[in-house]
Amino acid sequence: MPHIDACRRPGRFLAVLILVVTLSAASSPCRAGIFNPETFTLSNGMQVVVISNHRVPVVNHMVWYRVGAIDEPPGKSGIAHFLEHLMFKGTKTLKPGEFSTAVARNGGRENAFTGHDYTGYYQTIAVDRLETVMRMEADRMTNLVLNAKVIEPERNVILEERRQRTDNNPSAILREQVGATLFMNHPYRRPVIGWEHEIRALSVEDIIAFYRRWYAPNNAILVVAGDITAEQLKPLAEKYYGIIPAVDNGPRLHESEPPPKASRRVSLADERVRQPSWSRVYLAPSHGTGQGASADALEVLAEAIGGGATSRLYKALVIDRKLAVSAGASYSPDTLGPSRFGLHASPRPGVSLETLEQAMEEEVANILTEGVGAPDVERARTILLANAVYARDSLTAGPQTLGAALARGYSVDHVETWPDRIRAVTKDRVDAAARQVLSSDAAVTATLLPKGKGGKG
Amino acid sequence: MSRLLPALLLLVALPAQAIEVQRVVSEGGIEAWLVEDHTNPLIALQLSFRGAGALDPGGKSGLARLAASTLDEGAGDLDSQAFQGRLDDLAVTLRFDAGRDTFFGRLKTLTENRDEAFRLLHLALTAPRFDEEPVERIRSQILASLRRASTQPQDIASRTMFRELFPGHAYARSSEGTQDGVKAVTRDDLGAFVKERLAKDNLAIGVTGDVTSGNLARLLDQTFGDLPEKAAPWALPEIQPAVSGKTLVKDLATPQSRVLFAQGGLKRDHPDFYTGYVLNYILGGGGFSSRLYGEVREKRGLAYSVGSYFYPFDHTALMLGAAGTANERVSETIGVVKAEWKRLAVKGVNREELNDAKLHLTGSFPLRFSDSDSIARILVAMQLGGLGIDFLEKRNGYIEAVTLEAANALAKTLLTPDKLTFVVVGKPDGLKASAR
Repeated sequence: MPHIDACRRPGRFLAVLILVVTLSAASSPCRAGIFNPETFTLSNGMQVVVISNHRVPVVNHMVWYRVGAIDEPPGKSGIAHFLEHLMFKGTKTLKPGEFSTAVARNGGRENAFTGHDYTGYYQTIAVDRLETVMRMEADRMTNLVLNAKVIEPERNVILEERRQRTDNNPSAILREQVGATLFMNHPYRRPVIGWEHEIRALSVEDIIAFYRRWYAPNNAILVVAGDITAEQLKPLAEKYYGIIPAVDNGPRLHESEPPPKASRRVSLADERVRQPSWSRVYLAPSHGTGQGASADALEVLAEAIGGGATSRLYKALVIDRKLAVSAGASYSPDTLGPSRFGLHASPRPGVSLETLEQAMEEEVANILTEGVGAPDVERARTILLANAVYARDSLTAGPQTLGAALARGYSVDHVETWPDRIRAVTKDRVDAAARQVLSSDAAVTATLLPKGKGGKG
Repeated sequence: MSRLLPALLLLVALPAQAIEVQRVVSEGGIEAWLVEDHTNPLIALQLSFRGAGALDPGGKSGLARLAASTLDEGAGDLDSQAFQGRLDDLAVTLRFDAGRDTFFGRLKTLTENRDEAFRLLHLALTAPRFDEEPVERIRSQILASLRRASTQPQDIASRTMFRELFPGHAYARSSEGTQDGVKAVTRDDLGAFVKERLAKDNLAIGVTGDVTSGNLARLLDQTFGDLPEKAAPWALPEIQPAVSGKTLVKDLATPQSRVLFAQGGLKRDHPDFYTGYVLNYILGGGGFSSRLYGEVREKRGLAYSVGSYFYPFDHTALMLGAAGTANERVSETIGVVKAEWKRLAVKGVNREELNDAKLHLTGSFPLRFSDSDSIARILVAMQLGGLGIDFLEKRNGYIEAVTLEAANALAKTLLTPDKLTFVVVGKPDGLKASAR
């Protein structure tokens, strides 16, 4: 799962991002790459990506910043996301709310999102209105006006967002605790939206300092997808973004994660839980940790053992042994820091989580001794590669995937060669990756249970 | 700021020019609406059968949902694993889903697997096996999801609201079903559902992508040609929502209360539909620009999400709103919502607000055509709503035609602030739990 758990407006955006995980890139029998973007760089260092798609006279205009929750100073969790909300307040020339009013009047839709690795802003709008949103997006990159008057009501909005996303939902509370347990040192341990007591304590000065350091053209990527070419976009990009001076924001430095040495258990019993669940997460390699070959293989592994109704875990636990209502695996290959490989299952009535855990461990042991079935590997590759063609059909998958990749410091090639890399993953590599990650005893096991039922599912 | 460009400019950007809808009728008389697009080697199909969850028998609430979830779990000579394996091997997406009024299906395939994908759809519609293992497995999944939903604020609020508004009517029940209802459904019920509900006379089809009208016509006959001519007859009475001005409270130990509010809306074929739609946009439909967003969220920080929605059904219509707000601030939020409702009813909207709303609603129309699935879905919605094959060209004209006088006349009669019904799920301060 991507660590996008906070965004300005509820709803739509999460779905898009989940899409990006599965469609994290795409292939085609008739084209070499996936999205075939055009790219150029402005003189101040701002990267620009253009993905042409001429179905309707519409563009998706996005600005991504190479800053997210992992870049927050100690004790200031939630600041990246708080700032994202405040970017919709006023600038030196626009009153609070005017940005959104202008987007709406011009027939546009907009939102923003914050993750651990990046922050992004976007508008979808008729191509003849692109210049208007480019001017306003460039304006708020440096001209934001922040003071107590705009910050205080927004702090309440964010606390409500936290309640809605996390505190109102026992499985979301548990997920937050699992993250804080799996990562002992890396800032992925902090929730993107922030801990409540730290959100309450963030000051105007904290937020301004964060904004001044990270919001600059040399730390941003412009991605425009839709009815436009690089040739058409370039003069506009130079006019609005090219004139903004670069800022020396320094390197992104994060605590790194030591090898885990002990297994850990996290358990939540809550009176709101009516359907128990079990999960286990392992610290895993990623492209960000420089273990790209393993990451590609783990992506195929997750699909093969836990992707859908024909995957190994579903077949074993849900269909054959009838212990679970659901079972699967999850993995994100492209995180900037270490990733996590997850296994999950939810029991049928009368099946205890202990029984379910034991069955899951047996299946994992089988995978480690026998290896993953060759037909399962083949099917997983087929599904992943076909998703590439489907991704090209969408106006949002391309900019999402490329924006996220560049914000994490990957190249366009990293995205465009994804199909070739997935095609090259062999069963031996999948088995080796499984042994590398799943043989560890130092994972985090999480259980979600009803309160007062003696721990029985 | 070029914020007040005339609306005419926006009309130029209409998708109708880029998107041509063809009516395809097969030799066997099966009709589909098609948008050909050969850019990418894929085809998206969306289908609907009228009559779904609201027709579930009283003791079997959830029948349509269980049918939708098991239709792709084995058909013809392919058992569940063989059928799902075929879909996965070809990377074909096939899904079904049941709402109150409509049963939906969705197929997506690469062009190279087209014929096999349509064959699998045909098998699922005409020869589903409903073998014991998959039916029991899917039943257990639906029961688990109902258990989960039973403590989720949103789900409790919605079920409570529909029970309150539609007493004695099938709309009082959720098409998601109930524990007892889902348990009571037999495999024979599923077989009967398919025979009675999936027919030619209640079918609508939308297709987008890499297929010509000639090829599609052939596929339509192969896929839908042997469905029954007619669905079993059904009748649901029209109903006006029983709005009362009451506030119902359901206790749930959460830090944030879910607040739902509702009153009657306008059905899709109502002559004032677009006027009401524009009014709702101004009140609570307009994302970051609506009155509710401004008053509840921006000014007072009372909620993260707040909005209102025009929600037409086949036999009734609602204007439904929702907010999530801290338990200690629920009364304040309800007060603000009521005040905004009243302000719209009494004072109407001004010319600038109306103009902004029209600019947004016309200018954003092309945004809906963002991928093949969305276009196929729109093609089906056009048929379900009886909107005509030229709807894409006409739609912005309907918005443009809304006048200030008409909007403010309708605001007076449509908005009924005193009868707005509230449901609160949580531990709200200062509000008493009702008996329901």
